[in-house]
Amino acid sequence: MSLELIDITKRVGAETYIHPTSLVLPEGSFNVLLGTTLSGKTTLMQLMAGIQSPSSGTIRFRGQDVTRFPVQRRNVSMVYQQFINYPNFTVYDNIASPLKVAGMSAAEIDRRVGAAAELLRLQPMLKRRPSELSGGQQQRTAIARAIVKDSDLILMDEPLANLDYKLREELRDELPKLFAGRNAIVVYATTEPSEALLFGGNTATLHEGRVTQFGPTSATYRAPRDLTTAQVFSDPPINIADVEKHGNKLKVFGDESWPAGRAAENLPDGRYIFGIRPHYVTPLPVKAKTGEIEGRVLVTELSGSESVIHLSVAGKTWVSQSHGIHPFEVGSQARLHVEVNRGLFFLPSGELVS
Amino acid sequence: MNKTVNNRAWWLVLPVFAMVAFNALIPLITVVNYSVQETFGNNEFFWSGTTWFKQLLHDDQFIDSLQRQIIFTATVLVIQIPLGLVIALCMPRSGPWVSVCLVLMSLPLLVPWNVVGSMWNIMALPDIGLLGKGLNALGIPFNYTRQPVSAWFTVILMDVWHWTSLVVLLCYAGLVSIPDAYYQAARVDGAGPWAVFRYIQLPKLKHVLTIAILLRFMDSFMIYTEVIVLTGGGPGSTTKFLSIDLVQKALGGFDLGPAAAMSIVYFLIILLLSWLFYTLMMRSEAK
Repeated sequence: MSLELIDITKRVGAETYIHPTSLVLPEGSFNVLLGTTLSGKTTLMQLMAGIQSPSSGTIRFRGQDVTRFPVQRRNVSMVYQQFINYPNFTVYDNIASPLKVAGMSAAEIDRRVGAAAELLRLQPMLKRRPSELSGGQQQRTAIARAIVKDSDLILMDEPLANLDYKLREELRDELPKLFAGRNAIVVYATTEPSEALLFGGNTATLHEGRVTQFGPTSATYRAPRDLTTAQVFSDPPINIADVEKHGNKLKVFGDESWPAGRAAENLPDGRYIFGIRPHYVTPLPVKAKTGEIEGRVLVTELSGSESVIHLSVAGKTWVSQSHGIHPFEVGSQARLHVEVNRGLFFLPSGELVS
Repeated sequence: MNKTVNNRAWWLVLPVFAMVAFNALIPLITVVNYSVQETFGNNEFFWSGTTWFKQLLHDDQFIDSLQRQIIFTATVLVIQIPLGLVIALCMPRSGPWVSVCLVLMSLPLLVPWNVVGSMWNIMALPDIGLLGKGLNALGIPFNYTRQPVSAWFTVILMDVWHWTSLVVLLCYAGLVSIPDAYYQAARVDGAGPWAVFRYIQLPKLKHVLTIAILLRFMDSFMIYTEVIVLTGGGPGSTTKFLSIDLVQKALGGFDLGPAAAMSIVYFLIILLLSWLFYTLMMRSEAK
């Protein structure tokens, strides 16, 4: 009882949009597609919906082969980054539109629209037109239209990207509640790792048309299978350094020497790529086994409660994200602490080893 | 720092003010001035009050050309707006043919108005013109210098050829600005091509169409050059539109007063109809 993508690909002309991809999305699951722009999120969604058909491979839904079914026969709904509603319909008629197409009775339509409007707090606006609504309300209307018809598959393509900060947070909190207790498979595309972490569920990380990893969100975050996944699933970007392990010491950036720590303890000596997320690099001394880096301060971003410091270390940019306000002068030299124990070790080929 | 407070900034507005005054206000006021006076040349003017306006309202020639004008403009709008919309809908949205289509569509708009008149004049000649000779060869009697029907047909055809492109370009610009996601959303909903047109494209084109109708209304109501070159208002005065009537009065008869009164009435008609149309469109929007 699920949506299965089996070895699907999508090529247009000489360009490959989706490399062979297999995914199984269980019924009632919330799945995040995480990747930068042009990583293939939208194409993958359109393949799932049947708006485009794959160049090769099979798509099964509840065991049935639906690869060649057009979107009309798939019972899916979509929400887009732009707020897509019928411009001259009222909010009520907009939400009711898929039900009318399905030929439902007026009483049933009324009941369902009422329920969807209540969930999305749209009752006071039912008689208005989309142009008279705020961006947040327009997107709520689009979401109501997506959930009203009990679709098997609900696809959301960066639905919050065009909303301002406040509305985004609000809707972000509400979204998972909307889908709780439904059988629909929800797929949510985003460029922001923080959104994936917030929603939980499963996350598929995408990079240049490949799904690099798919699994429960927290597991994918904590143990990325390879460097690419770690890079996709880290914002600010994960810090990278080439390290050389000798016994219980790590040689980093030529002259720094770090304790190998728990993570690298059992690795054979040799060259590795060390990756560490910015919040484990801090200006404050930490108790655990730490290394240090020194570099020139490029940028400091101070928000109310945290500091983000960009540092140029031996030609690479490192980012530190820490609680509290730590003013550093741009251009000055700074020494930061690295919680080596929290780091990830990859082989030069990119595979995670520890 | 101290801010200097004075009224010197007004000088900056002066050039624009002077320009508007010279090209709009002063000529308009001159015309108003003429419309209430009588002259016999020699720069002598006599006050005549509203005589010319009263006369105009009972002037059969004016009423006739106004009627012709209204029929012409209505016909042209009824043909050009739907035709332009249909052509725009048929044009490709992407690929190499886009620029070919756009260039083809822009061509008629680049032709000078009197050249358009001459082109159609030659084209419609019954003995050598493609259109005139062709129609006669098909057994349809066609002579635009003799038969009013032929003359009207040619004038309307010419205007459709000349100006439909404008509607096409405006509609096309409106169509390409509709995000792709709308079409996709419609497909997900299972909407057919008619529903897509009726519920997505048409509503999204509303403003563009308003502008297109307004522009075509004003322009066709003021048509002069092409018709003067093509038929000269004939045969008889069957294609004598308002502007032709006006020019004949003002220059031919040197009836400055009546011509000025007519200009003002003419101007007010266009202003009033445009304003009415625009307000009605915008009011239905607000609802």
